[in-house]
This record gives sequence, C-alpha cells and structure tokens, in this order.
Amino acid sequence: MAELGITPVKDYKNPFPRNWLTTGLWIVVAGYLLYTVQSLGLSWSRFSEGLQHAGTLLDRMFPPNFSRWELLFSGLAESLEIAIISSVVGIFFSLFFGLFAARNLMPNIVSVPMRGFIALCRSFHPIIVAILFVKSVGFGALAGILTLIIASVGFIAKLFAEAIEEISLKQVEAIRATGASFTSVILFSVLPQVFSRFIGFSTYQLDSNLRNSTMVGIVGAGGLGGTLFSAFQRFDYDFVSAILITIIALILFWEFLSNVVRSIFSE
Amino acid sequence: MSEVDSNIDRHWQRFTLKQKLSRYAVYLSFMIALILSLRTVQVIPEFFYDAPEQIADLFSRMWPISFEFYQISVHDAMIETLNIATLGTLVTLVFAVPLAFMNASNIVDSPWSHWVAKFFLVSSRSINSLVWALLFVAIFGPGVIAGVLAIAFRSVGFIGKLLAEAIEEINMGSVEALRATGAPWGAVLLKGYWPQVKPAFFSIVLFRWDINVRESAVLGLVGAGGIGIVLNNSMNLFEWQQVAMSLIAIFVIVILAEVLVVNIRKHLI
Repeated sequence: MAELGITPVKDYKNPFPRNWLTTGLWIVVAGYLLYTVQSLGLSWSRFSEGLQHAGTLLDRMFPPNFSRWELLFSGLAESLEIAIISSVVGIFFSLFFGLFAARNLMPNIVSVPMRGFIALCRSFHPIIVAILFVKSVGFGALAGILTLIIASVGFIAKLFAEAIEEISLKQVEAIRATGASFTSVILFSVLPQVFSRFIGFSTYQLDSNLRNSTMVGIVGAGGLGGTLFSAFQRFDYDFVSAILITIIALILFWEFLSNVVRSIFSE
Repeated sequence: MSEVDSNIDRHWQRFTLKQKLSRYAVYLSFMIALILSLRTVQVIPEFFYDAPEQIADLFSRMWPISFEFYQISVHDAMIETLNIATLGTLVTLVFAVPLAFMNASNIVDSPWSHWVAKFFLVSSRSINSLVWALLFVAIFGPGVIAGVLAIAFRSVGFIGKLLAEAIEEINMGSVEALRATGAPWGAVLLKGYWPQVKPAFFSIVLFRWDINVRESAVLGLVGAGGIGIVLNNSMNLFEWQQVAMSLIAIFVIVILAEVLVVNIRKHLI
C-alpha cells in the first residue's frame, strides 16, 4: 500500500448517518401498533378463525348467480337514474354557487356565507347525508338524488370557485371598461376562462356520483346498494358476487365511455 | 385573380364535420339519458313537496343536543374510529407498497407485473369501503377487525396508484449511479428511490388518512366498529338528540383531521 502512495482512510465518515427523526418515527409506529392491538382487542385466533370463514364465504360466492337478473337490472337502472339526475342538478347549482363563492368577484358579505355553506356540504360523508334524507323524505330514489346533489355541490362549487379566483382580471377589466352589465361581465370574461376546467370537474363528479349511487342504497336511498345489502342480510352470497361483478363491470364500462367522450372533446 | 377570389370566399370552420357530429352525438345521448331517467325514476312528488317541513321537524327533534351523551359513549367510539382509520392506513402500506413497485415501470419492467398490479389496484378502488366492510363483517363478524380491513383494502388502490406515479416521476440519475457502484437492490431502493419519493409518499399517506377518518366514521352502520355503531343505535331508538351529538363529534374530528393534514403537508412540500 505504502509503495503505491495510497494511505488507507482512517477517519472516514458514514455517508448515510442514522437519522434520529426516522428512527423515532419507527419507534412511535411500533408503539402505536402494540397499543391498538391491545386496546381494540385484536387477536391472532380471531383472525385465523375469520380466514376459515373467508374460505367458506368464497366457496358460496362462486359461481355467481345471475338468475334474478330482473332485480339486478332494476337496481342498476335506478343507480344510473340517480347518478344522472343528481349530477345534472348538482352541476347546475354549483355553477351559481361557485360564482357567488369566488372572492374576486363577490363582496365578502356574499362570498363568506356561500363558502361556509359549500364547506358544510363537503364535511359530511354522503352516507350520513343519505341517512338524514331517508329520515326526512322516506325510502327511495329521491333521498339518493338529494344526497348526491349535496355531494356534487360540495365538490364542484368549491373547485369552481377556486378556478374563478385564479383567472386573469385583465379581461374582466376590459369588459367592464366597455360599460357592460354584470351578467355580460360574467358571460364574456369570466366563463370563457374557466369553462374547460368546469367541464373537467363535471365529468369527474359524474363518475364519482355513479360510484356513490351504488352505495347510498345501503341506508335505503335507492339503487343497487339496497339490492346488495338485502342480499347480504339473506346470506345470498352467490347473488352478492353477481351484484359485485355487475358494479365493477359498470364502472369499467363507464371509464371506457368517459375516455371516448374525453377524446372527442380534446380534439 | 379568380383563384384568389375563391380562396377568400372560403368559410373558415373550427371543427371538422366528423368532430361536430361526434360532439352532437354525445350531447344527444346525454339528453336522452337525462330524459329517460327523469321519466322512469320512481319519485313520489308529495314526498318532495313535504321535504322542507320534514327536515325542519328532524332538526327540531335534535334540539337540545344531548351533550352528556359524549361522556357516556361518543368519546370511546370516537377514539376507536380514529384507531380504525390509522391502523387501516398502516395495514394498507403492507399491500400498497409492493403493488406500487410492481406497477412502476422504472422498477419492474414487465407488462405481466403491470397487469397483475393494475388488476388489484382497480378492483380495490371500484368497490366502495362500505361494501368492503359488508364483506369483512360477513367474514370476521361485527367488530373493529372488519373496519380495519375494509379501510385497508379500500385504500390499497388509491395509495398504490399515486405512489407508482410518484416513483415513475423520479430522476433516474442517482439510481443509475448507485447501480454502477454494484449496490444490491435493497440499497438501490433505500438510497436511490426512497429519498426522492419520500415527500410524495408522506403526503399521499396523510391525504388518505384524512379520507379514512371520514370513511371510518360511517363503517359502523354496517357493523364494522367505531362511531357509526353508536350513531346507528341512537337512530334506531329515535334518540335524535344523541344523534346530533354524534354528528357534531364526527364534524369536529373531520375538520381537525383536515387542518392537521393540511398543516403537515405544507411543511413537507
């Protein structure tokens, strides 16, 4: 070594020193796992017992039973109806609510209560909203439609208001300088700048409403979820698997359809 | 001269005939779908006119809110809900991280692995968490374990997809440098990929945790533990004042979780 003129490095530094923050995080996670397993009463015996149940359940789910396809089809049709109607109404309302909630167009006295209302629409899970509507308007599709309208407003109106707040104000000033009325300002300077994003939010919400419309039925708000829940309660697991396959197929088909629509409009 | 004139007279159109026709076809089919749904949906109009009155009645029954109910059962159920959300998010990582590796084309370069990973990620996302909860309640019986697994299985698709996208976006320079030194694959993952993915990873996981807190609050309606069970019991007994207390507790927790996540994400990015 010495005749080659190379001296071995004595005090070399580890290029990857121990990061105490990461180590601490790992210890916290491990401690948390121990604590939850204790406090939630999880145990291995219960878990392995469940795995045996899972075997029999899968056995009973296969083959899927499509013999009651009429029931399946009526639930599916109702889910689609709920999704389409609630998306149209919800998107229509969000157009106005979003405009009123935009801070650069409206005075605080309008925008602050509007933003509060939109935040309230967003803060509860659709299932909880669905329960309240089922109690107030009864079982059936109407409760599902009202629930998904609330969900659509909470999502689209918020994003639409944010999109309006990001627009360039030069065009707004230019239209205002011509002495245009308020509606003309909105129609010819604000909407053209945000319309493509609004279409994007709306297609996303249509997709999300379709997924949720297969779920709100669990609490009695119409659609395929109700069929699914009653099949679960009657232990008709082969019918359950038929419904699940239908839901997955519907969502895959919908994604294919929305890709087609998107390619038509992006040309 | 005549040639120039004919060029000037040509009418400029933004879209070709095919584009116009396909757009009109989309509008038309959407209108048909809307009209069909409005005609066939089974809605009893009397219920609709009655709705504001009924909603007002519901809220009047909720008042005064029964605050003493918080100590009796809401507090413990709320802690259980938070634990379900957190434990579910941790369990998800066990499945989501390997699937994200399989789905990222700059880690595993094989179409088979991408298809397998895509299949699991898509089926996890297209089944709603309540439906997962129904399945796991059927398997493990009512209780916390079904809730944790429902949250975990639902989140796999979300975390796996976003994490794979984050991995695919990294700069491969440091990975190639590590590979050139002959580092084993574990070291390449830990010192090449991980430091670049780390901020995205934590922000995805925190975002999902926030969603999971919302979702775990309703899982109890199908018997999978948490505040939902308390809510369901009070509703079945028509104890609307207790329902109001549970709803307020959920509202506060959801807002707190969102504020916490937004603040941590600000520091991360």
